[in-house]
Amino acid sequence: MAFTSNVIQRKFIIKSIFNKIMDSQCTNNLFRLCSARLSSFSEAYSSAMSGNKTKLNMYQAITSAIDNSMSTDPTAVVFGEDVAFGGVFRCSVGLQEKYGKDRVFNTPLCEQGIAGFAIGMAAAGATAIAEIQFADYIFPAFDQIVNEAAKYRYRSGNMFDCGRLTIRAPCGAVGHGALYHSQSPEAYFSHTPGLKIVVTSGAINAKGLLSACIEDKDPCLFLEPKALYRSSIEEVPTDHFVLPLGKAQIVIPGNDLTLIGWGTQIHVLKEVAAMAKKQFQVNCEVIDLLTILPWDQETVCNSVKKTGRVIISHEAPLTSGFGAELAATIQEACFLHLEAPVQRVTGFDTPFPHVYEPFYLPTKWRCLQAVQEIIKY
Amino acid sequence: PWTDKLQLMRPEDQSMIPMYRVLDKNGRILNSSQDPLVEPEKYLKMYKCMLMLNTMDKIMYDAQRQGRISFYMTNYGEEATLASAAVLADTDLIYGQYREAGVLLYRGFELHQFMDQCYGNCDDKGLGRQMPIHYGSRKLNFVTLSSPLATQMPQAVGSAYALKRAKNGNCVIVYFGEGAASEGDAHAAFNFAATLECPVIFFCRNNGYAISTPSSEQYRGDGIAGRAEGYGIAAIRVDGNDVLAVYNGTKAARQYAVKENKPVIIEAMTYRVGHHSTSDDSSAYRPVEEVQQWEQDSPIARFRLYLEAQGWWNSQAQQEFLTSAKKQVLEEFSKSEKKLKPEWQEMFNDVYYEMPDHLAKQMKYMENHVKLYKDKYPVKDFKTTI
Repeated sequence: MAFTSNVIQRKFIIKSIFNKIMDSQCTNNLFRLCSARLSSFSEAYSSAMSGNKTKLNMYQAITSAIDNSMSTDPTAVVFGEDVAFGGVFRCSVGLQEKYGKDRVFNTPLCEQGIAGFAIGMAAAGATAIAEIQFADYIFPAFDQIVNEAAKYRYRSGNMFDCGRLTIRAPCGAVGHGALYHSQSPEAYFSHTPGLKIVVTSGAINAKGLLSACIEDKDPCLFLEPKALYRSSIEEVPTDHFVLPLGKAQIVIPGNDLTLIGWGTQIHVLKEVAAMAKKQFQVNCEVIDLLTILPWDQETVCNSVKKTGRVIISHEAPLTSGFGAELAATIQEACFLHLEAPVQRVTGFDTPFPHVYEPFYLPTKWRCLQAVQEIIKY
Repeated sequence: PWTDKLQLMRPEDQSMIPMYRVLDKNGRILNSSQDPLVEPEKYLKMYKCMLMLNTMDKIMYDAQRQGRISFYMTNYGEEATLASAAVLADTDLIYGQYREAGVLLYRGFELHQFMDQCYGNCDDKGLGRQMPIHYGSRKLNFVTLSSPLATQMPQAVGSAYALKRAKNGNCVIVYFGEGAASEGDAHAAFNFAATLECPVIFFCRNNGYAISTPSSEQYRGDGIAGRAEGYGIAAIRVDGNDVLAVYNGTKAARQYAVKENKPVIIEAMTYRVGHHSTSDDSSAYRPVEEVQQWEQDSPIARFRLYLEAQGWWNSQAQQEFLTSAKKQVLEEFSKSEKKLKPEWQEMFNDVYYEMPDHLAKQMKYMENHVKLYKDKYPVKDFKTTI
């Protein structure tokens, strides 16, 4: 009896704190709050899907987003290493012929220069779409991105900003990329207030989210899992459209267990959900986080409150991976709803290896084992 | 060209870039063809800005010693840098490092704006978020300073590229010290500016020291201007204590940058007479005599000799201006000191264009906490809307 009343009392306290927070969100008109303005992901998605569509793979969808932006914004430029001939992953094919050498151009081979140059273009009012050839090589630009881009608006009291900046970079495992063609660096950047970080997981959301990043008033880091460039083929809306940043997508609805991931891992989790249903009669809800920063706490926590169980899965190493942030927030916001400890199935705390890749990745089998364990808990 | 002669290209065999000067140490023009023939009003504006900067530096430095502001950096010995601002168009974009307050002053940044920033009070356009001397002004096209060295250099190049595309006849000038020029970002900036043909003036203040590190431990080549050739960039080395040399050098550089859409490096040789900052005691690493020697050849003194010889300035004008400058600075200083800080909630604003939910929650949490623990926080020093 005593235990139950204690639980009820705690639930009451949590609810009242939550209400207090919600009540007071619009008290100060000095501050621009974005909570009420964003549409839900599914609304934006269905409205975008209602028009004409073309079958595209992910790199073509990315080219299409950039093409749309460049055609309507004469200040928009695309640059990076080897983008002029179309890019090493074909993402800028045909753009230089269409828009000219002053709008689509190669830079010297220097990532800190690319990021700094991009910030300067954006600060001068132009739309800068910069490419880092592999996310593994973004670290030379870490200082420009973390100390400069992310803090530009804040430190100047909003006199200057580089919001018109988007940095694109291929990320994630590719089968044989080893240490420097496989990394998923999103967690490093997620510790940086002022940045927006997106990881796409397919052709449709690549186009909608990249367009949103290009138009967004904050500097965005757009990570493209290179394994999906050719493999994700979808009916992509032909015209320009945007999907909301900061919103997760419920890819598969379910009631028993929440699976959270992003990038290529979403496709692994979709398979896991199918296997879990078949083998254990467990209905998994699969959530594609899409935006790492600021992430969609509402969608995630609503799901976990409903299912009571959650597995988070990402390719990046476990320790201080973004899964840790999700896990901590979930246990704080959903403590009374959790029926089992939050589980993380991730890459190991090693560099990303060459021949051991099949043993390194958080495979569907490792995820399936986690499902088995969490439902038995 | 080919050669069958095996020969190392030794640096000591290369000729050094000469230092361009217009005035000798007595303030006389060495070669009348180099007289910039600037109207006296403009000369006097430059000179008065130098004196005002010097006056402000003295008072603000003392204020830091008294604990009234947390930090300060003086411009002693490098006041002639501001002559570069006199040849720029108002719409040219400026990126600085931190020792270019004179450029801002010449552009029209007001005394109270310097002090409001150093105090981080409610009239600081930067909203008190950065350390003192991290100035910026949208109105004056002076990009807000940041502490990480040389990061502004590739940014200036990107801005110059955007200005070139906008075809408005503007250029970008970016200031940096010889120490900052050792950063990777300096290399990136030089190379990008050259290959992407950007109208940008790289203005290096070579003052002999990066904090305690003398330039002999910073590089072994022919200074910073000596690097230009390797990047395919035009360059000039000027006497940084000679106002007229800085003026002419920057004027030629601007004409070249805007007309050719190409970068140019100006290396102004000068000497950092003051300590690096209020957190530094430079007597720990350099002889006092060296400093005294440079104080003899201050850019202000040399320019004054020139102006007096022309009959445009005299001791009486000097005395009157200094008395009035000191009075103005002290008045503005005491006004800025009395102002409240901004609302403390400004800590949460402008991280993003719009405040995300998680940040709004953190702000709300802190509001509730401060209500409960009001007496534990300096609330009375801050503005409030409640």
